[in-house]
Amino acid sequence: MRPRTSLVVMLAGLAGLLLVAWMRPHGMGKAYVRTVEKSFVEAEIAPPIGADADETPTIAWLAADDPRLADGEAKAVAGRAPVGWTEHEPVTATEAWETLAKDPTAPVALSGRDTIGLWFAAFLTLAILSFLLGDNPIYKVAESILIGVSAAYWMTLGFWSTIVPNLLKPLAPGAVREWALPSIPADATTEWTALIPLVLGVMLLWRLAPRGGWIATWPIAFIVGTTAGLKLISFTQADLLAQLSASVVPLWVTAADGTPRIGESIGNLVLVVSLISVLVYFLFSVEHRGIVGGVSRFGVWVLMITFGSAFGFTVMGRITLLAERFGFLFDDWLWLVDPNGNHDPAALANAAAVVSALSGA
Amino acid sequence: MIRFLQNLDRRWIFLAMGLAVAVPILLQLRFPESVGSKARDTFAAIESLPEGSKVLLSFDYDPASEGELQPMANAFVHHAASRGHKLYFMALWPLGSQKVKETVDAILKPHHPSYVEGRDYVLLGFKAGNEGVIKVATTSLPQAYPTVDGGSQFGEVPMLAGISNLSAMDLVVSVSAGYPGTKEWVQYFVSAFPGERLVSGTTGVQAVNFYPYYPKQIVGMLSAIKGAAEYEVLVNEKYPGGDGKPIPLLLEGQRRMGPQLTAHLLMIVLILLGNLVYFVTRGSDARGGRR
Repeated sequence: MRPRTSLVVMLAGLAGLLLVAWMRPHGMGKAYVRTVEKSFVEAEIAPPIGADADETPTIAWLAADDPRLADGEAKAVAGRAPVGWTEHEPVTATEAWETLAKDPTAPVALSGRDTIGLWFAAFLTLAILSFLLGDNPIYKVAESILIGVSAAYWMTLGFWSTIVPNLLKPLAPGAVREWALPSIPADATTEWTALIPLVLGVMLLWRLAPRGGWIATWPIAFIVGTTAGLKLISFTQADLLAQLSASVVPLWVTAADGTPRIGESIGNLVLVVSLISVLVYFLFSVEHRGIVGGVSRFGVWVLMITFGSAFGFTVMGRITLLAERFGFLFDDWLWLVDPNGNHDPAALANAAAVVSALSGA
Repeated sequence: MIRFLQNLDRRWIFLAMGLAVAVPILLQLRFPESVGSKARDTFAAIESLPEGSKVLLSFDYDPASEGELQPMANAFVHHAASRGHKLYFMALWPLGSQKVKETVDAILKPHHPSYVEGRDYVLLGFKAGNEGVIKVATTSLPQAYPTVDGGSQFGEVPMLAGISNLSAMDLVVSVSAGYPGTKEWVQYFVSAFPGERLVSGTTGVQAVNFYPYYPKQIVGMLSAIKGAAEYEVLVNEKYPGGDGKPIPLLLEGQRRMGPQLTAHLLMIVLILLGNLVYFVTRGSDARGGRR
């Protein structure tokens, strides 16, 4: 098949699926959201009745509608403004239609942002799959987006999940509490030990400087040393000692009443023979001839079976990934199948007028 | 014919594989599953715990492995909640925390409405540090998680009261796509508390690496989508949805076994054809060489 022919076949197939999807009464590729207002206040929660007299109130962020605020069990901290934001929770089309049929004023609506995201995800999936036809600009675009987004994501994640909570928070809890993490207790004090990772971090970054790059070797040595120590113990415990223990099994297994368990006995025999033969194969200080050679060759067979099994599992995994992507295209995007009842036409029929009015269809 | 097969463009194979996977999805084909011992042991590990036991679920994966692992994550949560266990969710992967929220929204909230956050389940969230998080949590869980997802302090969450470290858990479930994941749970949790129990749901790629841990270090194991489908059968049999039918999301693993069957059949045919072409052409090449 020529590249152009294969492209035509693929585009024709896709166009056919799109046409079928488009002609269905409930449409395709729409995303709905429910708007939820979140509001929290920092409050002093009184100690429970019967608590020690010297117990101080707990300070915590409570939802604005928390019954303890209305009951007087908790009171808002003076001078602290409530924190609030709006969330758009994704809901299935069926859920949205059912909600709107019951209450047309419910805060559920077609989401332009999420719908565009859904179509963009479908486009990127197809763009990556287009590599099967050969390298092409559409694939390159998708690949570049993936790399760029991944790099930005990991940088942001590293900042918010490591730098802020593990470095800035212990060094300047008050400032971080005001700026980013209001849940930090007001009485949190500075942990000066956090200066050590700060200094090590600066030393590590020193390698980017034009001179004095050797300074970075010290924190690297620290990382290598601690990692090696941590791994050495865990591997010795879990992968050496525990595995040795698990390999010492009886070759003749019987039940409590003395009845032989043939299957289990054969399993244990295979385990022990395979283990010994593979170990012999990796015994390089003895020439692999005679009995040692025979056992070693059997070890190779055992290894081959293991590799085959691993390859089989990998293939199964990759097919599942493809099935999942096709499931996304056929279910979430094209609405050609609906195994989970996410876009039930009956629900749309009940809410047709409301939905069309809201979506402008 | 041999010449046609010898010169077959690989794109025809891609197309055939695409159809082999797409058609069962469009027709929503499902096939009966025979349940193996590992899935039974996994089921028994959760089933045998008394009601109200503490089960820690670590979602150590991201959307790239969702196809294999989400079905088993859904089934784990439904099974544990159906047994009335207390659920502690955590994640060693950043996006695992997002998968936890999605699973809670899809399974726990609609099908177990009596479950209240903070009382019956808690989202500990993602914590950077890979196996270091497990290591710290084996000594002090509050130190590993001074705050939980949502911002509450550890001590403010009712179901975390009295929990000092991971030994308080009756069972740990690791849904794992790689590093850090099941291997690190074995190395840093099971090794630290040899009497504790760990169950693993894992991707096909790393399943073979974990077989040596079963059944002594890992008491139950679900390997790839096949393991998920088998476990779903057991869970659906005992804990169907409110209408007596399986919850549709808990059929996802079984649905994905349809494309597996057709794709594997196609691969077997292709391997046989490839070998046939190889041996036939090798024979003719050898004869040509002799001439």
